[in-house]
Amino acid sequence: MSHPTDLVRLTAAQTAAAVAAGEVSAVEVTQAHLDRIAAVDTDVHAFLHVAHDSALAAAAAVDRKRTAGEPLGPLAGVPLALKDVLTTADMPTTCGSKILENWRPPYDATVTRRLRQAGVVILGKTNMDEFAMGSSTENSAFGPSHNPWDLGRIPGGSSGGSSAAVASYQAPIGIGTDTGGSIRQPAAVCGIVGTKPTYGGSSRYGLVAFASSLDTPGPLARTVLDAALLHEAMSGHDPCDSTSVDAPVPPVVAAARQADVSGLRVGVVAEFGGDGYQPGVLARFAEAVELLESLGAKVFEVSCPHFKYALPVYYLIAPSECSSNLARFDAMRYGLRIGDDGQASADEVMSLTREQGFGAEVKRRIMLGTYALSSGYYDAYYGKAQQVRTLICRDFDAAFEQVDVLVSPTTPTTAFAIGERVDDPMAMYLADLCTIPSDLAGNAAISVPCGLASEDSLPVGLQIMSPVLADDRIYRVGAAVEAALEQRWGGPLLDQAQGLAQAEGGTR
Amino acid sequence: MATMSITRDEVAHLARLSRLALTDAELDHFAGQLDQIIAAVARVQEVAAEGIPPMTHAVPVVNVFRDDVQVQCLTHEQALSGAPAAEQERFKVPRILAED
Repeated sequence: MSHPTDLVRLTAAQTAAAVAAGEVSAVEVTQAHLDRIAAVDTDVHAFLHVAHDSALAAAAAVDRKRTAGEPLGPLAGVPLALKDVLTTADMPTTCGSKILENWRPPYDATVTRRLRQAGVVILGKTNMDEFAMGSSTENSAFGPSHNPWDLGRIPGGSSGGSSAAVASYQAPIGIGTDTGGSIRQPAAVCGIVGTKPTYGGSSRYGLVAFASSLDTPGPLARTVLDAALLHEAMSGHDPCDSTSVDAPVPPVVAAARQADVSGLRVGVVAEFGGDGYQPGVLARFAEAVELLESLGAKVFEVSCPHFKYALPVYYLIAPSECSSNLARFDAMRYGLRIGDDGQASADEVMSLTREQGFGAEVKRRIMLGTYALSSGYYDAYYGKAQQVRTLICRDFDAAFEQVDVLVSPTTPTTAFAIGERVDDPMAMYLADLCTIPSDLAGNAAISVPCGLASEDSLPVGLQIMSPVLADDRIYRVGAAVEAALEQRWGGPLLDQAQGLAQAEGGTR
Repeated sequence: MATMSITRDEVAHLARLSRLALTDAELDHFAGQLDQIIAAVARVQEVAAEGIPPMTHAVPVVNVFRDDVQVQCLTHEQALSGAPAAEQERFKVPRILAED
C-alpha cells in the first residue's frame, strides 16, 4: 500500500477508507500525488499552480484529526485538483487569463470552503480555457493541457486541466465547471466520469462568472461512486448565491451504490446522431444503449425537436451574459492595468488593458454578446434565444413525461488534435452540441466512459440526462453502465490507455 | 458570396463599446469570424416562438432577502489587496475627466 504508484491508483473512496483506518496517512497519500505531479505534469500541463506546502499541511490536519479520534468525512484525506476559476484565498486564481495573472482572491469560494471542511486536500489549481470559454484548453493564456491518452490531443475544455489531472493519476478527483459542457466533454475525451449537477445545486459564490444563468460547478472522477461522493460534499444550499436551490442534495451516493436500471425508462434523443458524428462514437453509443436494455431498462426513441437550435441559442445567451459579466475587468479594482502613464484616461486604460489581457475567444464572445444585446438587434437575437430556450426546456419536460432519463453521446467526436480547431470557432463550438441542452434547461447530466472508438482507440462518453433535481438517477444509470462495462473489459477503461493515462506512464 | 451580416466598421464599433482597443489586424480577422458566427446563430429566427415566454434562468428564481444583520465582510486591506493602485484606503484610478 505504501508504494506511491499504488496510492495514486486508488479511488477516492478507497483512499478515504484507508486514511480513516490508519492504513496510510493523508500526508503519504498527498506526497504520492505531489510526486506524480512532479513526474508527469511537465508533459500534461494540467496544473497552473501546485500548492505543495498547503496541501501537505491540509493532509497533516486530517491525520491529526484521525489520531485524536475525531470523525472524518467520506473524502477526508483525498487529494483534489481544483479548476482555476474557483477562488482560493491561499492560491492564485487566474481563470486561465493574463488579466488575472497572479491575482490572489481575498476569499474562498463556497465550493472551496466546503472541500476544506470535508478534509479534502487541494493539490492546486488546474488549467482551463480562458474564463471557461472553449472546449480544448487551447484558449488558456498559459498554454494548453494535453490529453493523457495522447499528448498531441486536447483534454477537452474548458475544465481540461482537471480532466487531464484525474486521467493521468495526478489526483483521484477534480472540480470543473459546466456552462455548455465544460465538465462532461473533458470527462468524455479523457475516459473519466464528469457531472453537471442541477443548476443551483452547487454554489456559484466565488466562481468567477462567465454566464451566470448557466454556470454550474461539478465533480470529475475516475469512478461514478467517487463523482457522487464529491457531488455530495460540494453541494447544498448556499445563502451567498441568490440562485442556489434551497432543497436537499439528491441522494447521489446511495444511487451510485444502487447501480440498478431494471424497469427504468431510457430515452434515446433522436436528434443526436448522423452527420458530423464520428462512426466510432456512434458505435459505442449504440452498444451502450443495447447494454442498458440487457440490464433491464426499457429503451425508447424520443424526439426533442428544438435541440437542434440549442447551439445557436447558447451562442447568443452565453456571450450576452459574458459581455456583461466580464465588464468587471476594468483595470481598476484587481488584475492587470496597462497604459496608466499619468496622461491616459480611465477609459483608455480600460480599453488597452482589456485588449492585452483578454485572448481571442474572450474578445469574440464579448463582442458577440454586445452585438446580441444592442438596441435594434436585441429582440431578433437575445430575446428570440430566450424564447427558444423555453421551447428547449419544454422538449425536456415532454420527454421526461415518457422516460426517466435521456441518453446520447457526450460529444460528437473523440479528442481532436491540438491546433486542429483553434482558429475555427464554429468547428470548436460543435464539441458542445449534445451537452448544451442540459445547461440551457438546468437539469443534471453525467458523462461516463463507454469504450474506445475503433478508428483512433480514444475514449467515448455516454451522456445520461435526468430532470431537474433528479441527479440521483444519472448516478444510478451511470454506475450500472460502469459496472457492466468494467466486467466486460476486465477493469476500468483507463487500464486500456497507452501513455500517461497509465499510473506508471511517467517512469516507463 | 452571401451578404455580410456584420461589417468591419460595425465590428470596430462593437470593439469600442466593449472597451477593447483592437488592432487593425484583429479587426480584419474578427470581422470574418463574427460574420460566420452571427450567420449561424441567426438560425434561432427560423423558430416560430410567438407568444412563448422568454426564459432567463434555468430554475425559477425569486428575489432573496436576508435578515438585516451585520455580518463580517472584507477589510479595507483585503478589498484593496488586488488593486493595481491604491491610496488612502481607496482604489486609485486614472483620470476620468478630459483635460482642459
